Amino acid sequence: MIGGLFIYNHKGEVLISRVYRDDIGRNAVDAFRVNVIHARQQVRSPVTNIARTSFFHVKRSNIWLAAVTKQNVNAAMVFEFLYKMCDVMTAYFGKISEENIKNNFVLIYELLDEILDFGYPQNSETGALKTFITQTGIKSQSKEEQSQITSQVTGQIGWRREGIKYRRNELFLDVLESVNLLMSPQGQVLSAHVSGRVVMKSYLSGMPECKFGMNDKIVIDKQGKGGASEEAAAGKSGGGGGKQSIAIDDCTFHQCVRLSKFDAERSISFIPPDGECELMRYRTTKDIILPFRVIPLVREVGRTKLEVKVVIKSNFKPSLLAQKIEVRIPTPLNTSGVQVICMKGKAKYKASENAIVWKIKRMAGMKESQISAEIELLPTNDKKKWARPPISMNFEVPFAPSGLKVRYLKVFEPKLNYSDHDVIKWVRYIGRSGIYETRC
Amino acid sequence: MPAVSKGDGMRGLAVFISDIRNCKSKEAEIKRINKELANIRSKFKGDKALDGYSKKKYVCKLLFIFLLGHDIDFGHMEAVNLLSSNKYTEKQIGYLFISVLVNSNSELIRLINNAIKNDLSSRNPTFMCLALHCIANVGSREMAEAFAGEIPRILVAGDTMDSVKQSAALCLLRLYKASPDLVLMGEWTSRVVHLLNDQHMGVVTAAISLITCLSSKNPDEFKTCVSLAVSRLSRIVSSASTDLQDYTYYFVPAPWLSCKLLRLLQCYPPPEDGAVKGRLVECLETILNKAQEPPKSKKVQHSNAKNAILFEAISLIIHYDSEPNLLVRACNQLGQFLQHRETNLRYLALESMCTLASSEFSHEAVKTHIETVINALKTERDVSVRQRAADLLYAMCDRSNAKQIVAEMLSYLETADYSIREEMVLKVAILAEKYAVDYSWYVDTILNLIRIAGDYVSEEVWYRVIQIVINRDDVQGYAAKTVFEALQAPACHENMVKVGGYILGEFGNLIAGDPRSSPLVQFNLLHSKFHLCSVPTRALLLSAYIKFINLFPETKATIQEVLRSDSQIRNSDVELQQRAVEYLKLSSIASTDVLATVLEEMPPFPERESSILAKLKKKKGPGAVTVELEDGKERGELNGGGDRGGDAAIAASNASTPSPSADLLGLRSTAPVSGTTPSAGSLLVDVFSEAGPSATSAGVNDDGFLSALHAPEASDSPLVEGPGDSDSAPPTVASEDPAPPLPESDELLNKFVCKNNGVLFENQLLQIGIKSEYRQNLGRMYLFYGNKTSVQFVSFNTTVSCPGELQSQLNVQTKTVEPLVEGGAQVQQVINIECLTDFIDAPLLNIKFRYGGALQNISLKLPVTINKFFQPTEMAAADFFQRWKQLSQPQQEAQKIFKASHGMDTEVLKAKLLGLGTALLENVDPNPENYVCAGVIQTKAQQVGCLLRLEPNAQAQPGEQMYRLTLRSSKDTVSQRVCDLLAEQF
Repeated sequence: MIGGLFIYNHKGEVLISRVYRDDIGRNAVDAFRVNVIHARQQVRSPVTNIARTSFFHVKRSNIWLAAVTKQNVNAAMVFEFLYKMCDVMTAYFGKISEENIKNNFVLIYELLDEILDFGYPQNSETGALKTFITQTGIKSQSKEEQSQITSQVTGQIGWRREGIKYRRNELFLDVLESVNLLMSPQGQVLSAHVSGRVVMKSYLSGMPECKFGMNDKIVIDKQGKGGASEEAAAGKSGGGGGKQSIAIDDCTFHQCVRLSKFDAERSISFIPPDGECELMRYRTTKDIILPFRVIPLVREVGRTKLEVKVVIKSNFKPSLLAQKIEVRIPTPLNTSGVQVICMKGKAKYKASENAIVWKIKRMAGMKESQISAEIELLPTNDKKKWARPPISMNFEVPFAPSGLKVRYLKVFEPKLNYSDHDVIKWVRYIGRSGIYETRC
Repeated sequence: MPAVSKGDGMRGLAVFISDIRNCKSKEAEIKRINKELANIRSKFKGDKALDGYSKKKYVCKLLFIFLLGHDIDFGHMEAVNLLSSNKYTEKQIGYLFISVLVNSNSELIRLINNAIKNDLSSRNPTFMCLALHCIANVGSREMAEAFAGEIPRILVAGDTMDSVKQSAALCLLRLYKASPDLVLMGEWTSRVVHLLNDQHMGVVTAAISLITCLSSKNPDEFKTCVSLAVSRLSRIVSSASTDLQDYTYYFVPAPWLSCKLLRLLQCYPPPEDGAVKGRLVECLETILNKAQEPPKSKKVQHSNAKNAILFEAISLIIHYDSEPNLLVRACNQLGQFLQHRETNLRYLALESMCTLASSEFSHEAVKTHIETVINALKTERDVSVRQRAADLLYAMCDRSNAKQIVAEMLSYLETADYSIREEMVLKVAILAEKYAVDYSWYVDTILNLIRIAGDYVSEEVWYRVIQIVINRDDVQGYAAKTVFEALQAPACHENMVKVGGYILGEFGNLIAGDPRSSPLVQFNLLHSKFHLCSVPTRALLLSAYIKFINLFPETKATIQEVLRSDSQIRNSDVELQQRAVEYLKLSSIASTDVLATVLEEMPPFPERESSILAKLKKKKGPGAVTVELEDGKERGELNGGGDRGGDAAIAASNASTPSPSADLLGLRSTAPVSGTTPSAGSLLVDVFSEAGPSATSAGVNDDGFLSALHAPEASDSPLVEGPGDSDSAPPTVASEDPAPPLPESDELLNKFVCKNNGVLFENQLLQIGIKSEYRQNLGRMYLFYGNKTSVQFVSFNTTVSCPGELQSQLNVQTKTVEPLVEGGAQVQQVINIECLTDFIDAPLLNIKFRYGGALQNISLKLPVTINKFFQPTEMAAADFFQRWKQLSQPQQEAQKIFKASHGMDTEVLKAKLLGLGTALLENVDPNPENYVCAGVIQTKAQQVGCLLRLEPNAQAQPGEQMYRLTLRSSKDTVSQRVCDLLAEQF
């Protein structure tokens, strides 16, 4: 279990230090600072073992969060907790920065007391936490209110309190995906996968029972055996790309989802927490729609010159618009000058990053654009050949590259008198680039 | 000049550095550096010429980036350009960059060398100095090659400035240290010596470092420096503190120079010239006198400088070791320091005194400080000082104060630091042994030692106490009694149990008369410790039990019961289980007289160098050797002189036995437990000294112990020397002609076919050990002739001859040996062998010497056989059979079918085949029972490939087991000879 948790600023000064177990001494704080933050070589691994003590760290802007343990813990659990911790802090005071942490240190200690007990993670649902950990100081609470909080936190549905009322019952669903790719110069896909999340923001009264449906292959196939005609129709109307179902490699759910029901009949039903929550996370590797294709062309002209031409092609419906496109073309370490010509967008040689950065604001589907650059090189006496790092790309597209479609989200609230039809539902798809690289 | 003021600033650099320092994170720093590197690259692109200032600035930035830990792969050219600048600052930065960044194999080295050459030949002293510093900083071989000739010329040239001379001297020193072969001595050497007379003290100081280094390599060339150094020293020592102005340091005239002069003199023996010597003694006396004077300053620098000279002077006095007067004075001076406030001084005093103690003149003087030193050992706070105090106590110990010192060290041991305990234990053990007049005292001391610091008592220490107890009849009873008493303590150290087990097992009968220590009581006492001990100790205890059965038949039932218990006979440890099973069988099957023979009391150990001493020597550096040499002399008093060399030979022979444990296994499986040979008693000794991995260090080795008990059944093992050969007295022919080879010499030859080291021959007078190594067609053989008597051998002479056609087949060169072999001593002879072509006979070794007037004449065959020149060849099965078929002509094959004269144990056979020199090929023969080997015999004339196949019929009854040996080689004589040789081995 987690033995302690430290938060450092960029200089390695300790901002927050909370120790849960006796096996973690004061010196652990310094050990991490010396061996990781101030390490001569940048530490890449998120897990560092120093003198039989394991340090798990995440970095948010200039802030280091480090969980420490001497035991053999589940590393994934620790990181999940650290991410959760970041989410909770963001929900409470916004951006995680040194100043914010210093201003809210009492709050953070209070939170740490609540969400970790003797190193075991507890309820870290922001909604639930906000009911009893507030920033506005002590608000006099009546006996009933207090007992209500207690019964909620210790009850079966710890993430939602009773008696929520909205005039308008509204529901927002965001399908956020990041697509990762590694492609060979000849256009062969070496590896590709999509990791996605379904984020739900709900403003619903009472204790609504929700049911979420998507074009999961297993479900579709199963239903296809039963009532094929109905589903086939639904499939046709939903799958704009022509793809009817997708194979999900693995997925995880928010704690509110009834896993037993998912295991038995693969249906996702739950009582959502009030406000925002991440309903599920999933990963797919098959039949990914790659939004962009990068075609590199690198030619070495003698020892002192390099010609680079990069073409990008957008590969989706022409009606859709991709945004925030950025192509990063690495330059050799002995670059002494760069001339760039591009038709669209802006391109610039950034010496501090050893790369040419080409930015395009918007680009419609089925289009093509190109950049060409002449790179002058300084002859060196180093025999090492340039390693040619891959060209990477960033973008945002308004569809899900995995092909995932939300088929339905039904809301039942038997006690209150609103039905599924009264709920206003919004669905949005956003596909972003993860590590999207093409070798050159 | 504006350029200069601009050069002082370098604002761009300052801004860059402050930017880097202000970076908040590593990533930001890397970004900033990347940006700067891109900027510099675009500047260096070569479109436009940069002025010197910018070039310098960018090179500086690159240097700074490099020092931050980033790779720099350009800018070298610009740095080299800076070298040819005329401005000091630019040149300096250029040289700085080059000495930090240019590696020796850079292509630019030629350009750099050229620039340096220009600077060296310029008349500007600053430039010359810069160039010299650069050479010294880089100090590579290329630099040495380019400038090793030039620098001495600059050094001795008349018109060179003093500052340049200084730099040149130090630069040359650096090059000499880096690549001594490139700095050639020449006529400049004599002129360098005369730099000692230079007016400028700085030049002298620099030159003397060079001379000290050079003269330590070629003392003769620089002999003249002694008188010059003495006169220089006397001038400094006698000068008033104000005379030397710049070179007076806190009222001490030229302390560094004085120290260096004194150190230089330590490279040479005392000057022979009386006048010079007188002057030197006078100097040393003045230095000693000055130490007595009240200090001229309270500053610590003053006393440090003064003491530095004093300590250097004292080491010179110790080095000369010829002036009793000075030695005693030095000793007294150090005595004062022993109680000084300053810890460093106490440390140095103790260290110097350690060396003084070994001088015969000052030994007594040192001894007077014993109380202070003991006090230091007890009260000193710094562990390093305590360590020195312990060293000094060890060094000053002699017969008169041994008891006191040993007692003090023992009492200190209880509180001593863990870091020095082991060494302390060794020292106590050595002193106790060396100065033991009374062996009961010795036994007491060592047992005490084990009691106090059991964990730090190394094996050697308790091996040694057992050796001594066994060799001394008079202490055996006492030792048994003391050990018995010591074991009664509720908690005793495992080492104590080991000693106890061994001694009671051997001499328990000596105290069995007393009802308080009756056999059963002894056994119960030992057995009460049994379960707390580690496996090796338990194994030893089991051996002690079986010895008990022999000593006290009345304990037999009890002990058999113990051996029979499941915890022994089914022990999970193989060693313990085997011992239990075998001892149980031995005790129930063998008759009492057989038991008595097998379990006879250990015979005395051959006298040898104290194993502990060897251990201590190994632990300490060569610094301790002076003391140890003396040990060697005095050791004789106790042990009546031993043959150290003999040990070495035996040790060497051990090295060759493939793996003692493997052999041990082999021995065990060869024959059932019953049956002994009459020679068991003497056999024990031999096995004892040869078996076991640590036989060099001690006799009491568990493995050895066990194999001793098993040896009788397995006298055929290559490990065991058959004393039957040597016990039959050799014919001593009283003639000057070489005697005919001994009848058993062929047998001896066969013994060495599969091994390279061992005892070649032994009779009552002489033991010949052999150690040999072969590489390709060359071989080297070391013969160790050990005189076993106490009388010296006169006109000892050995010759090696090659009879008949062997002369053209083998080239043998011998070095002559000393004609006198002292009693108990050992001499070594080296024989170089070259194999010209294949051969059959072995060279003859003839030894002639006079022992007590009678001429001894012994001839032996040297165990040089054709298989020694085998090079193992690994090959795959397909390969092997292909070659096997290629050698199919009848004369290429030799085959023999013969009876197995020894058991057919796989491991033994494998060891023998490997010993033959061939490669043993696994998984080649379809029948896994068969053995297949391949090798190439290397002779000067040709190489003879050789394939071997050995097929045993292991399933046959013992006694009918046969081998078929087939050899194929490209030469018929070789096949035949190797086949003959090998047939004798199985």
